[in-house]
Amino acid sequence: MLAPVLAPYDPSEQFFDGLTLEGSPLPPNERFWFGTDTNGRDQLSRLLYGARTSLMIGIVANGIAVAIGTLLGVIAGYARGFLGAAIMRFTDLMMAFPPLLFAIALAAILKPGLAIIIVVIALVNWVQIARVIYTETTSLSEREYIEAARALGASTTRILFRHLIPHLIPTIIVYATLGVATTVLLEAMLSFLGRGVQPPTPAWGMMIFESQSYFLNAPWLVFIPGAAILIVALAFNLAGDGLRDALDPTQRGRR
Amino acid sequence: MVFYLAKRLSASALILVGVTLVTFCLTFIIPADPVAMIAGRNSTPETREQIREQLGLNQPLPEQYANYVKRLARGDFGISYARKSAVGDLIASRLPATLLLMLGAIIAELLIGLPAGLYAAARRGETGDKVAMTLSFLTVSTPQFVLGLSLLYLFAYRLGWFPLSGYGTLRHLILPAVTLGLAGGGWYSRMMRSSMIEILRQDYIRTARAKGMSEKRVMFVHALRNAILPVIAMIGLDIGIFMSGVVVVENVFGWPGIGQLMWQAIQSLDIPIIMGVTTVAALFIVAGNFLADLTAPLIDPRIRLR
Repeated sequence: MLAPVLAPYDPSEQFFDGLTLEGSPLPPNERFWFGTDTNGRDQLSRLLYGARTSLMIGIVANGIAVAIGTLLGVIAGYARGFLGAAIMRFTDLMMAFPPLLFAIALAAILKPGLAIIIVVIALVNWVQIARVIYTETTSLSEREYIEAARALGASTTRILFRHLIPHLIPTIIVYATLGVATTVLLEAMLSFLGRGVQPPTPAWGMMIFESQSYFLNAPWLVFIPGAAILIVALAFNLAGDGLRDALDPTQRGRR
Repeated sequence: MVFYLAKRLSASALILVGVTLVTFCLTFIIPADPVAMIAGRNSTPETREQIREQLGLNQPLPEQYANYVKRLARGDFGISYARKSAVGDLIASRLPATLLLMLGAIIAELLIGLPAGLYAAARRGETGDKVAMTLSFLTVSTPQFVLGLSLLYLFAYRLGWFPLSGYGTLRHLILPAVTLGLAGGGWYSRMMRSSMIEILRQDYIRTARAKGMSEKRVMFVHALRNAILPVIAMIGLDIGIFMSGVVVVENVFGWPGIGQLMWQAIQSLDIPIIMGVTTVAALFIVAGNFLADLTAPLIDPRIRLR
């Protein structure tokens, strides 16, 4: 969010002195802290603006995925019967598609752009959450208080939203946090494959994609955005794992 | 057992039908008209109609779907836009390289994950355990292309221990296999650790220790044998994770498998190849999951054969 304040330069400005006389990118120096890329643009500014793109996609896409997954998981877990079975068979089916390939296929067919990327990632990532929520809901639905609510004549919607979902909130928080790491990695891979956010919007995966052929001569062009992706993914993974230990000690160390 | 097998097999078959339905539907949301793609820009309406008829695109949808499945069963995935050759042949010719890479990655992740998990379990709660588990988070948080490029820079370019890219010898295989398998190694170390800790709590381990058996013998002979099995049973599931990874890893290391084929198809928007590779990958994942279902009860008879 703070990118415009923190960034020393415009991320898409190409500097005359941003390249060496032979036209190669500059290594990190006093003027350009993280060096410049193959077009003579300031790497630090691009990194900061890229953080906006990556985090925005990570949080929004994952938020949508969590919402879809929670809703379908709760419905399937509570309804059981035909509806529940149908939803769960559908998640089985979605599990059969490798996430990255499916996202690529979708992104290749549709025109890549910020909104499409968010939708594609959400469509791919909701499955895992739906399965976890489903398992938890089935055991919650057995409890007496749900039966009591039903006996008192509470509507299905009321049971779902007032009695089931509040109990699932710890799980939802854990997966919402862990999911951001997965999403940021998926977005980075998509944009590394040239199917993510399109230029000139800076994105970390794309910064690496653009400088890949120049990599052996200018390794900082790969290492710096690479480290940024790593740090963000690691932070969300550690936070999610810590939350899981704090909120739900029974599920430690499982895949 | 037979009933269990039949049930798992029919579930897998059902998923396969679903997979073909999804890919079939995807071909319809492609904005580009396949007829225009084949006929070219300057074609007359008559030629286009002729091609439409040849492709069977004027038939009712259920019939088109039946034909699509029949073609898939014959290994016919259509013709590549860019290469003008059969997608099925292209995939088949590149599959052995990808399978070799996956095999290498499985070996790499087991070699990394099992000892690390064993070590962490033996040092539970100590610094060694904490370091190992933090490292495992690091491995699953590293994007594979960054890891691949870093290994390439350090070990191939700087140190010159491995070739920069290519295919053929064991030395070519090591870096891509480690790149593909490292994240899995992180997962396996966590699973191995929790599996070991679970086993070490059992009564028979206490008995073995009470008998005065050395800690080494308890760990390696009694605990390891039982702890390793549930971990090994997960290998089938790795295929799905690898199917995404190969696109990135094969591209970084110039490995001539289906991942590289996919990467090139992505750059030129060669939809038949993209759809073909996705379908083949889904086939492999269904097969891998079935394999995992098969091995699980063999390894742990306590799993109820429902």
